[in-house]
Amino acid sequence: MWSLSQIAGSIHEWLSTTFNPTIALILEMVIAGVAIIGLFAVLGLVLVIMERKVAAWIQIRLGPNRVGPKGLLQSAADTVKLLVKEGMTPDGADKFLFNLAPFVAMIVAMLLMAPIAFAKDFQLWDLNIGVLYVSSVSSIMVISILMAGWSSNNKYSLMGAMRSGAQIVSYELSAGLAILSIVVLTGSLQISEIVQSQANGWWLFKGHIPAIIAFVIFMIAVTAETNRAPFDLAEAESELTAGFHTEYSGMKFALFFLSEYVNVFIVCAIGATLFLGGWMPFHIGNWEAFNHIMDYIPSSIWFFGKTFFLIFLIMWFRWTFPRLRIDQLLNLEWKYLLPISMVNLLLMTALAILGWHF
Amino acid sequence: MFLKDYIKEVYGAVKSLVVGMRRTGYYFTHHKEIITEQYPDNRATLKLADRFKGEVVMPHDENNEHRCTGCTACELACPNGTIKVVTKFDITPEGKKKKAIDKLVYHLELCTMCNLCVTACPSDAIKMAQTFEHSVYDRSKLTKILNNPGSKIMEGVE
Amino acid sequence: MVEELGKTMEGDLIINVGPQHPATHGVLHLVITLNGETIKNVEPHLGYIHRSIEKMSESLTYRQFIYVTSRMDYLSAHINNHACALCVEKGLQVEVPARAQVIRVLMDELTRIASHELWWGAMAMDLGALTPFFYAFRERETINEIMEETCGARLTMNYMVPGGVLQDLHPDFQRKVKEFIQLYKRKIHEYDELVTGNIIFQNRMKGVGYLSPEDAISYGCSGPVTRGSGVRSDVRKIYPYEIYDKLEFDEVLETGCDSFARYLVRVREMEQSVRIIEQLIDNIPEGDYQAKTKAVLKLPKGEFYQRVETARGELGVYIVSEGGTTPYRIKYRSPGFSNLSVLNKIATGSKLGDLVAMMGTLDLVIPDIDR
Repeated sequence: MWSLSQIAGSIHEWLSTTFNPTIALILEMVIAGVAIIGLFAVLGLVLVIMERKVAAWIQIRLGPNRVGPKGLLQSAADTVKLLVKEGMTPDGADKFLFNLAPFVAMIVAMLLMAPIAFAKDFQLWDLNIGVLYVSSVSSIMVISILMAGWSSNNKYSLMGAMRSGAQIVSYELSAGLAILSIVVLTGSLQISEIVQSQANGWWLFKGHIPAIIAFVIFMIAVTAETNRAPFDLAEAESELTAGFHTEYSGMKFALFFLSEYVNVFIVCAIGATLFLGGWMPFHIGNWEAFNHIMDYIPSSIWFFGKTFFLIFLIMWFRWTFPRLRIDQLLNLEWKYLLPISMVNLLLMTALAILGWHF
Repeated sequence: MFLKDYIKEVYGAVKSLVVGMRRTGYYFTHHKEIITEQYPDNRATLKLADRFKGEVVMPHDENNEHRCTGCTACELACPNGTIKVVTKFDITPEGKKKKAIDKLVYHLELCTMCNLCVTACPSDAIKMAQTFEHSVYDRSKLTKILNNPGSKIMEGVE
Repeated sequence: MVEELGKTMEGDLIINVGPQHPATHGVLHLVITLNGETIKNVEPHLGYIHRSIEKMSESLTYRQFIYVTSRMDYLSAHINNHACALCVEKGLQVEVPARAQVIRVLMDELTRIASHELWWGAMAMDLGALTPFFYAFRERETINEIMEETCGARLTMNYMVPGGVLQDLHPDFQRKVKEFIQLYKRKIHEYDELVTGNIIFQNRMKGVGYLSPEDAISYGCSGPVTRGSGVRSDVRKIYPYEIYDKLEFDEVLETGCDSFARYLVRVREMEQSVRIIEQLIDNIPEGDYQAKTKAVLKLPKGEFYQRVETARGELGVYIVSEGGTTPYRIKYRSPGFSNLSVLNKIATGSKLGDLVAMMGTLDLVIPDIDR
């Protein structure tokens, strides 16, 4: 059967038979890098058009429908527009940091791609602390936002960056605790093992109510961490015009935009891996025929399907809810989400020790 | 007791959010509710209300005759000086001099479509047209002469 | 802490919100002194869209000056025109036909609903929920179509003239209005689901922007802003004009004094307006739509004042006549100006995000403030 892991395997085989091991390794790295950049571009295009269509349909509009069939090439046209636009650097800005910030945002997003299992046996780097790696690297994101906000020398940008700092630091906690509650069940931080442990059922179903609570908290926390509405205080357009990227234009703005969407994809991929079984197909108990049909669907489709479902959920949040105020945002985290997730973690630990999960 | 209130609060909050999401989810899945009008494409079917105030025009009949007597009521009624009536004297077949319009100059760029000139006109010579695509590349094109060249007043209109 | 508010200190952040800013809905300019996220002082700067409408009106005749007033509070253009027409009629001692009175009230109430619909959408948009704006515009579009059909324009109608209305109602008017009322009743629960009942929205609005009844009176506020503080101020009830004294409707009062109370007043006012329309739509009397007036209107020497309730509050028109064809002096008492003046009072001490919510509940239309 055709699968991503087979393609990767055959490329590896061909490279190692044709070249000596060092060159083969370098070439593999180059291929992986190019593939990641390609994935970035494709994700950016797909997610932007998806967001615009979701927004349009929710808002009883048609959405982009002019460029390409049904407007599907709209985001490609937008990319061309952003590329040819002038990339302004304001006079009063700290030019080095100002120009560096969007690239930091992109590099963080790229680093986060490494441990994600896109399909069966198809993973760039299956390190044994995968989940820890993701949650620690994703907190570097705040540095790029602070950098952008501070170096712009603009009061709106500075306020946006400060808000974002407070927000991301707080919501890391509940996201971390929600991840921990799955780690407690799995007993491993390695992403491939977490996926493997869900071969007989996803943690969302196996872990009873604590897993569902953890899932909800995880979704709320990552929405806040990626600065998406209703937690988009860093770029609250009615208060701060555009927040931390007010002064950015052209491709530098596009990089922030792209990194936001890629971050959404990554957190949703992590959510799908932890709670929805990653690339594992959907199985119901002893229904052999049904399970067999499910197995027939390629694992990459399972992974992307689950991830895009979660992305849709986050988009749905965005186009439904009003924005929180900064003190309410912190209240929500420290007074509600954090206590709930702590109690939840305790419950989950008890569940895991007693072995009550399936 | 405190715990009960806390749980109740969280439940109420989550419920209100889910209700909102159900509403937007309904519109997401029901595409027949979409209200977008694709304007330049639906030009053929676009029908404006028959009273829509687009611009002032002077209707002419098939003999190139209009109903304007040149009484300047519209010029006086206009708040912005949009209309300028330039009169001349025609010689009637009986050899008498008769006042008639030479040009009725209409400045579309000044007009606010208030309809006061149309209601002021005693002989129904001008009316509002239902056009609305008025943009041009040169401002001078917005200054229009409403009566056709060579037109004259209709018989019997005083 | 309280004494410090209002003084600029070392480390305070002064930001300019506007004249080009997404939250000001126009060219209002607010100079905000911030301490972190907390507002210490708000200073509105006006004049960016001053067109000297009062001075312009002095050179126009009594028929002509009414059209200019549509450009003041453009969201309640009908009601502005209505106030001017009433004031001129007061001077001329003209009796307006019953049919014209009913038409005028119907148009006023439709305008009020349209204005509140737009406010509702913009209010939610200020708070970051972009979707309700489109739902509000769907209903507002129906009203705009009714206006377009009968008055010939969607925003600046110039339909009220001294002595009545400019044209008779369109034959489809009653059917269309009934359709609108049906649509409105079918969709109104969405407003609750999406915004009013939403926990985030309630938390953003409740207890924010406290305006005590005493302050509301002393700052000269009017309309939903005062009624949100529990002060009776509906001109339609207190100084009834046209046929409002014969109609059954409630003056909406809320005692919360905060942004949420002002929000609820407007949402409930829409229901009251629908109630008024329902009473009148089947009972439009036959007859003239315009009283017979002279071609050239001349007001007698004297001073005339008329107040009406626009969607934003009390609009007063004050005409001083020297007996000529144009007014000697015209003064408009616009509701937005007085309502804006409380902004510093209610915003001091709250967060920057709340300022947007408060400006939303004051329902500012900048051309109305500047004129």
